[in-house]
Amino acid sequence: MIKRDIVIVGAGPAGLAAAAAAYDAGVKDILLIERDGKKGGILKQCIHPGFGLHRFGCELTGPEYAERYIREVEARGIETLTNTFVINVSKDKVVTYQNGDGIFSVQAKAVILAMGCRERPRGALNIPGTRPSGIFSAGTAQRLINIEGYMPGKSVVILGSGDIGLIMARRLTLEGAKVHAVCEIMPYSGGLTRNIEQCLNDFGIPLLLSHTVTKIHGDKRLTGVTVSKVDEQRVPIEGTEIYFDCDTLLLSVGLIPENELTEKAGVVMDRVTGGASVDAERQTSVDGIFACGNVLHVHDLVDFVSAEAELAGQSAAEYVKNSSYAKRPAVKVEAGDGIRYTVPQTVHPGDTAEIYFRFSDVSRSVTVTAYADGVEKAKKKVPRAAPGEMQKIKLTVPENCEHVRIGMSK
Amino acid sequence: MYDIIIIGGGVVGALCAEALSKYEANIVLLEAASDLAAGATGANSGIVHAGFDAKTGSLKAKFNVRGAKLMPGLCKRLGVGYKNNGSLVIGFSGDEEQLAELYARGVENGVKELSLIGKEELHALEPNVSPEAVAALYAPTAGIVCPYSLAIAAAGVAMDNGVGLEYDCRVTAIEKTENGYKAVCENGRSFEAKYIVNAAGLHSDDIAALVGDRGFSVRPRKGEYILVDKTQGKTVSRTVFVCPSAMGKGILVSPTFDGNLILGPTSEDVDDKENRQTTYEGLQKVLEGARRSVPCVRAAAITSFTGLRAVGSTGDFIIRKSADNFLTFAGIESPGLSSAPALAEYAEQTLLADGAVSKIKNGYKTERRPAKFMSELSFDEKNEYIKKDPAYGRIVCRCEEVTEGEIRDALENNPPAKTVDAVKRRVRAGMGRCQGGFCSPVVIGMIAKSLNIPYGQVTKCGEGSFITTGRTKGDQ
Repeated sequence: MIKRDIVIVGAGPAGLAAAAAAYDAGVKDILLIERDGKKGGILKQCIHPGFGLHRFGCELTGPEYAERYIREVEARGIETLTNTFVINVSKDKVVTYQNGDGIFSVQAKAVILAMGCRERPRGALNIPGTRPSGIFSAGTAQRLINIEGYMPGKSVVILGSGDIGLIMARRLTLEGAKVHAVCEIMPYSGGLTRNIEQCLNDFGIPLLLSHTVTKIHGDKRLTGVTVSKVDEQRVPIEGTEIYFDCDTLLLSVGLIPENELTEKAGVVMDRVTGGASVDAERQTSVDGIFACGNVLHVHDLVDFVSAEAELAGQSAAEYVKNSSYAKRPAVKVEAGDGIRYTVPQTVHPGDTAEIYFRFSDVSRSVTVTAYADGVEKAKKKVPRAAPGEMQKIKLTVPENCEHVRIGMSK
Repeated sequence: MYDIIIIGGGVVGALCAEALSKYEANIVLLEAASDLAAGATGANSGIVHAGFDAKTGSLKAKFNVRGAKLMPGLCKRLGVGYKNNGSLVIGFSGDEEQLAELYARGVENGVKELSLIGKEELHALEPNVSPEAVAALYAPTAGIVCPYSLAIAAAGVAMDNGVGLEYDCRVTAIEKTENGYKAVCENGRSFEAKYIVNAAGLHSDDIAALVGDRGFSVRPRKGEYILVDKTQGKTVSRTVFVCPSAMGKGILVSPTFDGNLILGPTSEDVDDKENRQTTYEGLQKVLEGARRSVPCVRAAAITSFTGLRAVGSTGDFIIRKSADNFLTFAGIESPGLSSAPALAEYAEQTLLADGAVSKIKNGYKTERRPAKFMSELSFDEKNEYIKKDPAYGRIVCRCEEVTEGEIRDALENNPPAKTVDAVKRRVRAGMGRCQGGFCSPVVIGMIAKSLNIPYGQVTKCGEGSFITTGRTKGDQ
């Protein structure tokens, strides 16, 4: 069997940054595997600006942002296989992939999982009605427009105010389509505030909060959708139906980390994030298997994906170089009051840890506190808490600490 | 001039075409939609019933038992997924008598290996079945099959043997000619033949009426289904029914051949033969019904859909000569799929007796490779295919692991796929958890290339179901 030091699954922003960082940390024998024909992942179709403000201090488009990392990977001569699909990752780090040359197995010393995420489809929502053409996930519509050069429709309703949905509301408008409304089942948007401003408000596109699509109309092609207001339990309220005459419904109703390979490798998963449960080094429950980017948890900004991937790349390199590398003692981080999840899920006593988290709900002026064994260790004021925006808090974990908790108070 | 026209490319019409294709005869299969299996065949439970439901002596009972017996061999030969997973009709307190009746009827219908089992044995077989279930009728001979794959594979072999297939040919008039019939289609095309086999499903009464047979009618009965993610596919390993009622066999919970879990159907008589809408109430009923039998069912839906069962006015299958040399199959509702192999056998015997076919062709084909086969192969076998053709190595649909080579074959091989849904039915590209989110732009491109049409003209399921509405500004 072929042997490699590090195999990275996925050459999107996470895989690219992890590869360059692992190389710089001293491991040169790296294989980067990408299922698409080109490196860059989903950034290739994100032609809007807004990337790189944290990372590079300037505003880039998705392809520009990706290009910076592609150059880094190519400058280091890191071998990349494109049009190559990983079909299995085993617990003992055998990576099996297939492409036009055949099917191959590689024994890796360390594996970095960076497969990204996928969009939740219509079926998952079980919207009643017919099954015509004209229903797209927002990302598919984005690819049709930005890569293929075709319009998915002319008269559009968007369900879900996730960032891709908001971006597509603007993109479709710029391409001459009429976007009637963006409907959001929750009483708040899951997208970034700046996207609501720049993509909806600037174009006069209404955002209907606490509304959802309750019926699909049309036999061959979509001819309309019925939208209803929902109550606090998210149940449609009878008598509130609004009919929109439209030929297209875009769905931006959530992203799901793509963890089929992770589960095949027997990695312990976090049911809330939908990704692996990891320690501060982004190592999973399986020794030598690391995870980063949207496959680990869905990020709001690619800048944070890059930062996390570099950490995973450095950790994997350390694992490969240091034959006595052993998992250090770790303590659980609990997502307390008002906190939906944290990444990492465990931290090491004695370390200074940076913990990413998301809020469960929208609220104004809250305080987030990090506790070690019930003792306050760090505090942070957040003027506007929203589940759509990722946050982080830093704390020093005491040597003999047994339990960390992140909690929110108003 | 054809010898035989078969109207309807559902599982009955396609299997008739396959059975008749071994004879020296010029045959054409006319399908109203842009692909086979577009009606009830494409939207049902996919169950091969053991045969205890139907009234003893009925056509349903006779063809069900025979069809279920033929099914495993037929599927093997046609490269279609079939699994003998067995079925259970579970009974709650008070249902014991009905279970005993079903058992007795099954024995009388000739169903083998049937047994009545108690609570303990039931829960040992299926631990996730409701603790309130007290007994069950166990039918180890029942199975699951992929119904649309069966129709497609059968039509494929028929075409390999020379049968013609015409999509988008809805027959709207039939004229008597000197030697037989002339079928005129909505699109203006017409086909002449000596013999017609009417397997038009929901519309078989309309077709029979075109030659003056108004002796029966077919009404649609709506059934809504939920298809659940493969992560839940092992919730039960057998098909779990509840005790049947006048409206059908109730809401079942079953694994599908492809590893999903299927829940449904509801049962509602409707008027509109094209009403394939799902409803909020219907889908709720499906979930509630499923959870009554298997409380832990999770609503991790991949998709939901509606099937329209073709319910005949006699309550039984309607198999008759609507006119000379005109054989009608109507009211082929459940257990229609299970019965289909036997119905095709019956058609073959009838046409032989009528002299419509007689001489068997030399070297006719009976077998076919599964359309989606790469993921089933060993590494060595895969490498052999990839070495010959790299397209078999390149994965296009990541959820179902479908290769470019398999999709290309679906577009080129019999029966050719012309639409996105047709590709999906053949090789499952777009049928997985992302529902085509990633692969559909690629599949559209492959269809455009295969049909030599612009990308923008590719449809989801035929005329009117366009996917894109023109170029973007910069590309105009």
